[in-house]
Amino acid sequence: MLAIACIKQVPDTTQVKIDPATNTLVREGIPFIVNPYDTHALEESLRIKDRYGFRAVALSMGPPNAEAALRKALSMGADDAILCSDRCFGGADTLSTSNVLAAAIAKIAQETGEEVGIVFCGKQTIDGDTAQVGPGIAVRLGFSQLTLVDRIEELDLANRRIRVRRKLEGRYEVVEAPLPVMITAVRELNRPRYPTVTMRLSAVNASVKVWTNEVLKLDVNSVGLKGSPTWVSRIFSPERDKGEIIGDGLSDPVGTAHLLIDQLLAKDMLAV
Amino acid sequence: MSPNPAVFTPLLLASLLFFVWSLYRKLSLVALGRSGYTFRGFGEGVREMLLFAFVQKRVLRQGFGFNHLIIFWACMVLVFVNVEFLVNGVFPALRLAALPDSIYVPIRFLSDIMSGLTVAAIVLALVRRTVFPPYPEARTFESYLILSLISLHMIAYIGVSAAEIALGRERAEAFMPVAAFFAKMLAALPEARIEAVFNLSWWLHAAALFSFITVLIPFTKHMHVFTAIANCFLRRGEKPNTQQPEIFETGRVFGAGRVDSLTWKDLLDGFACTKCGRCQNVCPAAATGKPLNPRQVVNDVRVNLLANGPLLKRGGVPTVPLIGDGGEGSVAEEAIWACTSCGACMEACPVFIEHLPKLVDMRRHLVEMESKFPEELLNLFENMEQRSNPWGIAPSERTKWTSLMEVKPFEAGATEYLLYVGCAGSFDSRSKQVTVSLAQILDAAGVSWGILGKDEKCCGDSLRRLGNEFVFDRMARENVALFKDRGVTKVITQCPHCFTTLKNDYRQFGIELEVVHHSELIKELLATGRLKMNRQVKDLGRVILHDSCYLGRHNDVYGAPREVVSTVTGTAPAEFERAREESFCCGAGGGRMWMEEQTGTRINHSRVEEALRKNPDTVCVSCPYCMTMFEDGLKDRQAGQTRVKDIAEVVAEGLRPVQ
Repeated sequence: MLAIACIKQVPDTTQVKIDPATNTLVREGIPFIVNPYDTHALEESLRIKDRYGFRAVALSMGPPNAEAALRKALSMGADDAILCSDRCFGGADTLSTSNVLAAAIAKIAQETGEEVGIVFCGKQTIDGDTAQVGPGIAVRLGFSQLTLVDRIEELDLANRRIRVRRKLEGRYEVVEAPLPVMITAVRELNRPRYPTVTMRLSAVNASVKVWTNEVLKLDVNSVGLKGSPTWVSRIFSPERDKGEIIGDGLSDPVGTAHLLIDQLLAKDMLAV
Repeated sequence: MSPNPAVFTPLLLASLLFFVWSLYRKLSLVALGRSGYTFRGFGEGVREMLLFAFVQKRVLRQGFGFNHLIIFWACMVLVFVNVEFLVNGVFPALRLAALPDSIYVPIRFLSDIMSGLTVAAIVLALVRRTVFPPYPEARTFESYLILSLISLHMIAYIGVSAAEIALGRERAEAFMPVAAFFAKMLAALPEARIEAVFNLSWWLHAAALFSFITVLIPFTKHMHVFTAIANCFLRRGEKPNTQQPEIFETGRVFGAGRVDSLTWKDLLDGFACTKCGRCQNVCPAAATGKPLNPRQVVNDVRVNLLANGPLLKRGGVPTVPLIGDGGEGSVAEEAIWACTSCGACMEACPVFIEHLPKLVDMRRHLVEMESKFPEELLNLFENMEQRSNPWGIAPSERTKWTSLMEVKPFEAGATEYLLYVGCAGSFDSRSKQVTVSLAQILDAAGVSWGILGKDEKCCGDSLRRLGNEFVFDRMARENVALFKDRGVTKVITQCPHCFTTLKNDYRQFGIELEVVHHSELIKELLATGRLKMNRQVKDLGRVILHDSCYLGRHNDVYGAPREVVSTVTGTAPAEFERAREESFCCGAGGGRMWMEEQTGTRINHSRVEEALRKNPDTVCVSCPYCMTMFEDGLKDRQAGQTRVKDIAEVVAEGLRPVQ
């Protein structure tokens, strides 16, 4: 059975600035990282591999330099790494990205002759923040979708069922679904492993397969910019409200602390 | 039974054979270690050996060391008479007495005095070990056995001499006060009884010598009589203030997860240790209840080698793990991570055992081969790799501190010095104030300097001490390439960790920089008159000076900060009880800055309390880690009236215009 982790290479957003003149992201010199949520997705696919003997495959769509993200996946222990990269995939929104990734997942199953058990995605990316690609893949493949998962409670391979806990606002929800499923990971799901040097060195020479549209054979109107109904009208940094200074912390720290606690209680930000 | 060559000779031969065989069996295991130890050269080796093994300079640092020196030199003198004893036992005709008086009498005299002195020294040693042991676990059977056998040996020697005097067979009698004293007591006995005392003493002496050869030297820490001398001879030319690089190729092992992955010198260290406990007494981890005991680490290496060595020699797999639960022969992971790499153990060791390289090698194994480390370090490692600073702050914020002043970028030819600000100086809000003070000082003295700004990267010190050599290696190469590209030759640092890394570690990566710590540069600027104070610094009150491990012990900079404080405040700084070479770590070195400290008490509390005993108004530091540890410690102790200042801030006080 296959455990496929979808990962995306994103600019390190803490370092991204918006050019005030053009309203576009200044990407020059900004390092790329693996989308943090995706590292949890990847880690979980590797745990499923370690525990249940799944074959772990890391999958990404992006420009040729996204290979670095897949190499990191290989160094962490992925068995295979596939990069969907083609000029015609460029400028994709979440819809056309889902088209490509779903097609790639189907192709992986076809090529290996193995069944896809679980597809793992991060809950969202830190550059787009839409949280749509995972569900988009699930819909296209006809998989059950389990989003915002912070714990896998049970994987029952004999009965082909999985039970997970979803982390929602202020509550948890335990749900069960038949395999195959698509799971999106939140940070609490696991702690990604740190690759050993031995693994890193072997990942340097391992091959990352690159699949172009000649391999996937998708309709060019369903991928890339052409397949993307979304368009970005403007990018801007929201002005943050100025903070409020309450009390006089220097001369009356105790009184000010009480004041602060009262206000936080009043705003329901603290519970007694 | 009178001395009898027919009995003595076979016993001696058997003992000698056993001695050679058992020593060979053990010491040949040292060859299992890997290479990677550079010997400084024969001449220098001999000098170190004379100074430290024969004059015992480091043993003498401790008051009681003098007692050891007496025993050592007594044994050296008595080697003569012992050799005579052995030869004479086999060939009764060959005797020292056959020598002319001019040689014979002085030998007898010296030996007599030394035997008496040794007995006195051994009695003192026994009392000391029992009443004031060097460390609580020092009262071992092994130690008492060694002391007892030395005294038995001496008493038997005196017995032989006294009996000979009493029997009128000793012509140097007048020059042997110790033996003569006991001879007087024997004189009252009938001759046959004296003869019996002679025989008994003679055989006891023989028995003591045989047990030295067959038991004490090959099987106890008494082996140090050979190995400690060898270790002094093999002392490394450079201070062990850096780690050896690794070659990253597939198929290699990284770090030391097995005893044969340590260097052969590490293995020899195990046999050179006399368990004196000096290392454990100065170790900040051991002093605050952590499971690390440097003496035990060295012992574990030896025990592990003895347990696995014979198997390893035959190409087998070790059965006792080097890193394990902390049972004898295994070092516990928690102990490995407890080290602050302060180097106090190595500074204290009288025979130059190097504890730190062993611990870092074990850390390397854990990080690089097993990916096992305290979980706090995962963030550190990721932050270092992704953003080249320990906090994971965006590199674009490196220059935020410059918003208050005009700072030039470094440009070869146009600026003389690169001010390598360092991560703490760039991102830590408290240390940024130090950076600003230092920049003001440099400007006031007219120094030509510039920064790399957003292009500056972390030096990687913590990674290297934590055993993440793979990532350190990459960062070091990037930095060296950057320095070379920009034509950097002279560097100022305000952090002893950057200082030692750029100065000592980067040398291995192909760059020889002229690195100066800010305390040294400020001293120079004051001494040459380039930096002039506007006022004498009085508002800081009583200033106590803390020596940072990586400035002092690891790089021998002790004078500069003291001179600077003396010059700008007009008085010499107060000193800690443990200062200079003996300085006690703040607790943040060796990557401990980024780890929790949950076992035992806190190292910084220990140092803060030591400071408070001297009632300072200001603790002067010259390291951003020490700054954090002292400020946190003082807060925890609610000693709010005591401030912590970096040496640059102390000097900057003196630059403020007079009102």
